[in-house]
Amino acid sequence: MNEAPAIVVRDLTRKFGGFTAVDRITFEVHAGEVFGFLGANGAGKTTAIRMLTALLAPTSGQAMVAGHDVYREAEQIKCDIGYMSQRFSLYEDLTVRENIRLYGGIYDLTDRQIHDRTTRMLAQLGLEHAADQFVRAIPLGWRQKLAFSVALLHEPKIVFLDEPTSGVDPITRRQFWELIYEAAARGTTVLVTTHYLDEAEYCDRISIMVAGRIAAIGTPGELKKKFDASSIDEIFVRLARPAAASEARK
Amino acid sequence: MTTPADDAVAVDRVSKNFGSTVALADVSFSVQRAERFGFIGPDGAGKTTLFRILATLMAPDQGRARVLGRDVVSDLWTLRARIGYMPGRFSLYPDLSVDENLRFFASVFGTTIEREYQQIAPIYSQLEPFRDRRAAALSGGMKQKLALCCALVHRPEILFLDEPTTGVDAVSRREFWDLLDTFKQSGMTILVSTPYMDEANRCDRVALMQGGRILAIDTPQAIADSFDRPLFAIRASDRYRALKALREWPHTHSVYPFGETLHYADKRTDVPADRIATEMLAFLSSHGFDDASVERTAPTVEDSFIARMGAPEGVRAA
Repeated sequence: MNEAPAIVVRDLTRKFGGFTAVDRITFEVHAGEVFGFLGANGAGKTTAIRMLTALLAPTSGQAMVAGHDVYREAEQIKCDIGYMSQRFSLYEDLTVRENIRLYGGIYDLTDRQIHDRTTRMLAQLGLEHAADQFVRAIPLGWRQKLAFSVALLHEPKIVFLDEPTSGVDPITRRQFWELIYEAAARGTTVLVTTHYLDEAEYCDRISIMVAGRIAAIGTPGELKKKFDASSIDEIFVRLARPAAASEARK
Repeated sequence: MTTPADDAVAVDRVSKNFGSTVALADVSFSVQRAERFGFIGPDGAGKTTLFRILATLMAPDQGRARVLGRDVVSDLWTLRARIGYMPGRFSLYPDLSVDENLRFFASVFGTTIEREYQQIAPIYSQLEPFRDRRAAALSGGMKQKLALCCALVHRPEILFLDEPTTGVDAVSRREFWDLLDTFKQSGMTILVSTPYMDEANRCDRVALMQGGRILAIDTPQAIADSFDRPLFAIRASDRYRALKALREWPHTHSVYPFGETLHYADKRTDVPADRIATEMLAFLSSHGFDDASVERTAPTVEDSFIARMGAPEGVRAA
């Protein structure tokens, strides 16, 4: 890959008082890659993502996101990235169309752009019939797909997805991943977190955070070879809770 | 055949609507005593509404539900002391410490931690190092354990656990199920819901739920085995392109990503599996997937769930 990496992180650290939430992590995400950012609850994923999305200043270390420095160019980063989480994605008491319009306005798109992209997006998702319905009235699976498309509305270089498929049925989960693949095929870089470890297999590369550090990074195939494991789940358990794993082996 | 009165739970044609939203549509099932019964389904399947009805917190619009032989509407006061309920949303007092929460729930049921120590010991021993910590400051996994402890402290005969492992990492999920195993011998009936298909295998029987309906009830093995076509696992280096190519193959019944493979089922039911595999390999290699491999694989509960969900666009070809 000749293109500049989408994300370059060197010794990135964040402390909260005496607690080191993220401890000198170093990694790169290639442009157009689907990167799975895994870790147990409390391993530091959310803190790391907040630094990469320029919402939280690092304590030390460097990070370049879409070519911008997280310390000095927070606003440029926000223009060049999209973000979607399971917890909050869309305004439930606005219609589908109003949500798209709102995000378009926030990202400073022209009326023409908003109009064209709304039309295109609704057609792609097959949601034309629901354009004027309140978001709370449409099924969760559709809402998640819509939220993803809205996160891509301003055509960001990188999109951060925080547990996008939580609680979603197995078919919608797979449809969601197809949207991810399509976005990646168009050149968008995707960084995604998930608790469904079968989804780790859908990523080009993954990292596993343990206690603030990156304990493993590579393609799913490389990691399985390296850890002599049959699944990512097995590696995850071994790394995330060494004590529990040894307990289980007894 | 046991009589309905012996069942731990007997639900007969229960429906519940919220305005125009159908939460439960004509649901019937029964759970035997000491059984561990799972409800597997996505958000919006009706799991939480069902659990609220069984925990006597909500009345059905239609139909009847009995728990431990008692009607959940007319006998709610006698029932409440006999059931334990862990809601899906964290519902403990965030400003109270671990011990204070537990003491509070014990006192509501007229008992004490000391008196019930035996019952809660397997979980409480894991919480004890944090006994003075505020509940709000616990990790996700520890919060779930505290909530379970609070649901158990009055020695209920039956436990309703609504999505105890949602949002919890894979390791903590496994630990939680291990913890439930420790109650096996005590004969407690446990009803538990989850969106994670792989957790079905930790239950004696499961009900697959979708859109307020039960799609199937059986042992996890029987549900997996009910997948009625030969299933193949396909490996190819460019999986997404292979998926798209297979959708164009006229014989494809269904094909979708499954972990590191694609799961494929063929439309034809009269062609031997090995011939399907050979033809598929030839098809894949003619489309440039020279490294592809095809092998028979055992269907899982998730495959069965997908097959029963009907034919939404996108995943299924044809």
